Amino acid sequence: MNARRLIVGLAAAALLVAPAARAQDKGTIFVPLLVYRTGPYAPSGIPNANGFNDYFTLVNERDGGINGVRLVWEECETQYDTKQGVECYERLKARNPVLVNPYSTGITYQLIPKAPIDKVVIHSMGYGMTAAADGRWFPWVFNFPMTYWSQASAFIRYVGQQEGGLEKLKGKKIVHIYHNSPYGREANPTLEELARRYGFELTLLAVDHPGQEQKATWLQVRRIAPDWIYISGWGVMNQVAVKEAAAHGMRMDRVVGNWWSGSESDVVPAGDAAKGYKSMTFHAAGAGFKVHQDILKYVYERGKGAARKEQIGEVYYNRGLINAMLNVEAIRTAMTRYGNKPLTGEQVRWGFENLNLTEQRLEQLGMKGMLRPLRVTCENHEGNGMAAVQQWDGKQWKMVSDWIEPMREVVRPKLEAAAAEEGKKLGYTMRDCAREK
Amino acid sequence: MIYREAGQFKTTYAADQAIFPIAQDKVVVTLAVVAAFVVPTAVAGDYWLQAVLIPFLVYAMAALGLNLLTGYAGQLSLGTGGFMAVGAYAAFKLATAFPALNIVVVFLLAGLVTAAVGLLFGVPSLRIKGFYLAVATLAAQFFLIWLFNKVPWFVNYAPSGTITAPDRALFGVLVTGPNATAQARYVFALALVTVFALAAKNLVRGRVGRAWMAIRDRDIAAEIIGIRPLPTKLLAFGVSSFYCGIAGAELVFLYLGSAETLAFDINQSFLVLFMIIIGGLGSILGSFLGAAFIVLVPIFLTNLPHLLGIAISTALRKQIELMIFGGLILFFLVVEPHGLARLWQITKEKLRLWPFPH
Repeated sequence: MNARRLIVGLAAAALLVAPAARAQDKGTIFVPLLVYRTGPYAPSGIPNANGFNDYFTLVNERDGGINGVRLVWEECETQYDTKQGVECYERLKARNPVLVNPYSTGITYQLIPKAPIDKVVIHSMGYGMTAAADGRWFPWVFNFPMTYWSQASAFIRYVGQQEGGLEKLKGKKIVHIYHNSPYGREANPTLEELARRYGFELTLLAVDHPGQEQKATWLQVRRIAPDWIYISGWGVMNQVAVKEAAAHGMRMDRVVGNWWSGSESDVVPAGDAAKGYKSMTFHAAGAGFKVHQDILKYVYERGKGAARKEQIGEVYYNRGLINAMLNVEAIRTAMTRYGNKPLTGEQVRWGFENLNLTEQRLEQLGMKGMLRPLRVTCENHEGNGMAAVQQWDGKQWKMVSDWIEPMREVVRPKLEAAAAEEGKKLGYTMRDCAREK
Repeated sequence: MIYREAGQFKTTYAADQAIFPIAQDKVVVTLAVVAAFVVPTAVAGDYWLQAVLIPFLVYAMAALGLNLLTGYAGQLSLGTGGFMAVGAYAAFKLATAFPALNIVVVFLLAGLVTAAVGLLFGVPSLRIKGFYLAVATLAAQFFLIWLFNKVPWFVNYAPSGTITAPDRALFGVLVTGPNATAQARYVFALALVTVFALAAKNLVRGRVGRAWMAIRDRDIAAEIIGIRPLPTKLLAFGVSSFYCGIAGAELVFLYLGSAETLAFDINQSFLVLFMIIIGGLGSILGSFLGAAFIVLVPIFLTNLPHLLGIAISTALRKQIELMIFGGLILFFLVVEPHGLARLWQITKEKLRLWPFPH
């Protein structure tokens, strides 16, 4: 009897939870969500996944889908593990996805070769393979609003602003502490190039996965006595780095993380010591935007929210929202050309490539001031995004800089060279963007 | 009744010492191998091949390798992940440096390179045993991963630090790289595993295997009856690393397509060790059963709620999966500490008497 009741209960819960099982008028578009709600990186993965869920629910609840076409999605747990991610992707591929957000650099690398064959757009928002930003070589991969290389150049520009001009960088000491993985190493070539150009002393210090052990690294840092520290960390490495920086008496406002090293879970464990710590970002944190009111009204008041209410507005929650919004707007762009109906991966790819997110559109979406307008082109898949610096004041992340333009003239040529190299490895040829319509 | 050897007379020593002395075994195994080649390529979709069968074959290869070393020669090793990395990076360097080289040759050479590295790290095994040796091989694991992280030459100076399998064809069919079909990669992996499993089986029932087992069971006694410990142990390390190296090359070339060092971290070493413990130490079949258990059961458990139509949250599903999986490991180890291979052996003995056990 009990067992039966349990099954009935579960089935009822299933009907409530699953957004998939509903009759639709104009058809649906399926988006797989690779999430990591368990495992060592869950503190970052959970808010991000919740942001995705809430935005998609919002679009369905408030607007009845994208121009009447409802979104259907299914989560698959990857534990941030490449092999599990590939398993997820292959499983969900059966449901004809139009796009995928891999949410791990490792998984992104796995999926890039598959994308043109499976006709599934890859959107790695601010992570993944930097070289893929050259759309001539990688038509199926998008990493807007910015790449790691642009981010690193924006960091140096920020340091220049703080020091009173880029020419003042000469002789300054900058240390890059990075996660010893493809992800962590990404910024190195750009920083090295800029060190040559502006004459600052750059020291690269690797921290091995998972990053709990950093004593030796910080002893070195102490010996160098750097003017600025840039951290490319992930998960527990960030918490330890922030704690160590404080313990070694670094000026916290000169310790700057990249945008995967600046969330609540990175600073809260360090307590008061983390006050003043900065990080790069490409969007604002906090729940004060109109989109959040909409989410509370259309999603949470109807009992369909994925997160707890107080988690709304966390850095990674907002990042999930923005990523979901960019996906939705790209699909909407594709619909202007192909009609308001379920689309194929190829059609959605066109939408991504012609995405033009204006200030006005952001205002309509309730995201004005949350991120910058964005324009993607055939050549440039990282768009024209800008970075900003946010600072932890002990309670919340606050934006403390204007939008910073990356040094595109430095990054782009290197990026094109890398794209040619990576593209040739995969046997691609460069397409001619002038011929694309 | 069906499984009965009555009437099967052996008239030569060779026949008596055949791999499958019972005719039914021979038929069943041959049929199974043929079916493994034919059925999945015809029936299974991309998901089955790519996410289930190919990883199973790759890990079966690695488990075979470790089983030779730990199961047969009794040398505990935690360096499997590191050795797989050597195989993968060696195969990558060879394939990119000599594009004309046949992919089979690339794999074999990668195996040999790994064997050489394995020999090097096997040297301490003469002086240290058991858990202490495990720690020494753990050093190999960490050192090798550190090396591949540190020296950009290994990744051809790729800014991303990942290695990517290039397109390579065999008999005119692409078997590696992103453009190779899952079918082709599966058949290639299966062929490699079949050949090397057969080789391993023959190795362990010959002089070499007997020497390994003698060392495992009592090394001093083995020395007294004339088995030289150092060459024997080193050979075990060499052969085992050869297998692990090929498994590593397969992991990148046939399964993942591209990889970073994280794909070969310490967890891989543990995973393969668990495979042979659950499957059965000192058993070729056990390597396969263990790999199947560790690779397939989690995938099955992940899909189970979906198959039953129960919608539970993603995180809960994963946690339930881990709990059931852990429980199953405990269950099998309690029921049969000698592994799944031993369970299979018991079943066989029962089958022989069935249906008249008395």
